[in-house]
Amino acid sequence: MQFERYGKGIAKGLRVTITHLLRHPVTVQYPEQRLNTSRRIRGNELIWDNIKCTGCGTCAKTCPQGAIEIITSVNLEENKYTVEEIEVDTGYCIQCGLCVEACPYAALFMGYAYERAQYRRDDVVQTNEGLLPSAERRPSGYMYPEIAKELPRQTLLVERITEEK
Amino acid sequence: MAIANFGLNTLEHLATLPPDWPGGFWWHWLVFTVIIIAFVLALVMGFIWIERRGMARMQARLGPNRAGPFGLLQPVADAIKVLLKEDIIPARGDKIVHWLAPVVVFVPALMIFAVVPFQNGALLADLNIGILYVVAISSVATLGVFMAGWGSNNKYSLLGAMRNVAAVVSYEVPLVLSIVGVVMIAGSLSMNQIVLAQNIPFILLQPLGFLIFFIGGCAEINRSPFDLFEADSEIVAGFHTEYSGMKFAMFYLAEYAEALAISAIITTLFLGGWRGPLLAPWLWFVIKTIAVFFVMIWTRTTLPRIRIDQLMALAWKFLFPLALINLFITAIEVLAWPEALPWTMILVNIAIMAVLVLLWSKFFKLGWGRVAV
Repeated sequence: MQFERYGKGIAKGLRVTITHLLRHPVTVQYPEQRLNTSRRIRGNELIWDNIKCTGCGTCAKTCPQGAIEIITSVNLEENKYTVEEIEVDTGYCIQCGLCVEACPYAALFMGYAYERAQYRRDDVVQTNEGLLPSAERRPSGYMYPEIAKELPRQTLLVERITEEK
Repeated sequence: MAIANFGLNTLEHLATLPPDWPGGFWWHWLVFTVIIIAFVLALVMGFIWIERRGMARMQARLGPNRAGPFGLLQPVADAIKVLLKEDIIPARGDKIVHWLAPVVVFVPALMIFAVVPFQNGALLADLNIGILYVVAISSVATLGVFMAGWGSNNKYSLLGAMRNVAAVVSYEVPLVLSIVGVVMIAGSLSMNQIVLAQNIPFILLQPLGFLIFFIGGCAEINRSPFDLFEADSEIVAGFHTEYSGMKFAMFYLAEYAEALAISAIITTLFLGGWRGPLLAPWLWFVIKTIAVFFVMIWTRTTLPRIRIDQLMALAWKFLFPLALINLFITAIEVLAWPEALPWTMILVNIAIMAVLVLLWSKFFKLGWGRVAV
């Protein structure tokens, strides 16, 4: 005899909710509590190494959104290209990571930060110095396992850090 | 001098009055009105907090925890917010009806507490027809809901209001029939006498009646899973779609006041009211009321909303026949074995409930999946 139609289903449901009452909540109270993101996060900015970069423009060619613009000029004295201007409109960026994967000189990284919301569209455009790494603009471990090793471990909700206020 | 004389005269006058002169009840009336309003407002705030926090925890969330310690001031903050909001009346709506509706909904919810005993004899009016008064008064709120639906000049409001009227009319029948069982055992319609008669809580002697009353009560006050009169996903917010500001707050308040009223009535009828060991009687009453409300939250979190045909079928095909059978069995028990041992009665009644619920679940069908439009 199947008791599902005789109120057993309701009893089961009630048991589920009452056990959830004693469960640990999973809500993260964001500004006070932050979870460590994945070490290989593709954050919404690009980090650029201006020393390694040769100005080949591969990143600009691979970008499916056409969000990277790079202007180079010939530097005859040092026999290389100089990057005159690199401009990334992260408002168009879809965080696919193709530019990072395509870079033949390992000069481009995805950012580790994810809090780059701005009030104006112009403010999300990164130019020259705005692409360089700094303390708050760290490169993420995407494509680069050696960088990933340095970054903190990702927080999982099962670790219940969300309860501490 | 004249005033002093007047006062003296009045005192002399009072001394010569018959003891049942209604002026003697005025202090009683004033004190209990204040107590009831304070009790309802305080417990409604508490209920909103319990519901939001409890429901959140059952869904592995935290719930409001910013305003005050543990978010205790959240209902206050919400009340202030809603008071400051603009009061909108639909241009083509029926203005007077639209204005009156929240009052007509809220006042009956408050009036129910006139006969709810907080302690032995501690109630505004110990009517000898107390529970009948509750049944009569609580139905008035439906009129207010329908006024809201009509006065809003909005199809969703009217739809929600009509659903509400249909549901309340249907659920009133099993609700009253389940009360009759309690009344027969207690031998009185007075709420205080019913509590005094409960040496054993009537939930044990009337388990089926309690089940029917709980379900019917939930349906009558729009508690989930029977909240399809204000189903957000189907008809926006039902009858209070067009309400804002203070008038919306009145509806919100009335909704929780009705939940409080049903919890208080269940406590009084089935859980032994204010009776209990050690603690003060009024404290027992509050604890039991909150416990009943917690069960309502629990079912609300668990069960999905039912359809209107399921709602009507549950009332007429399930609760109504069971309530009738319960009434007959109780009548036979009260007549044939008035001196029977309570514990055998409890076991017999629980067995009868289990058998009847299983049997009726087997017969319960919803149109065999055929829909005629």
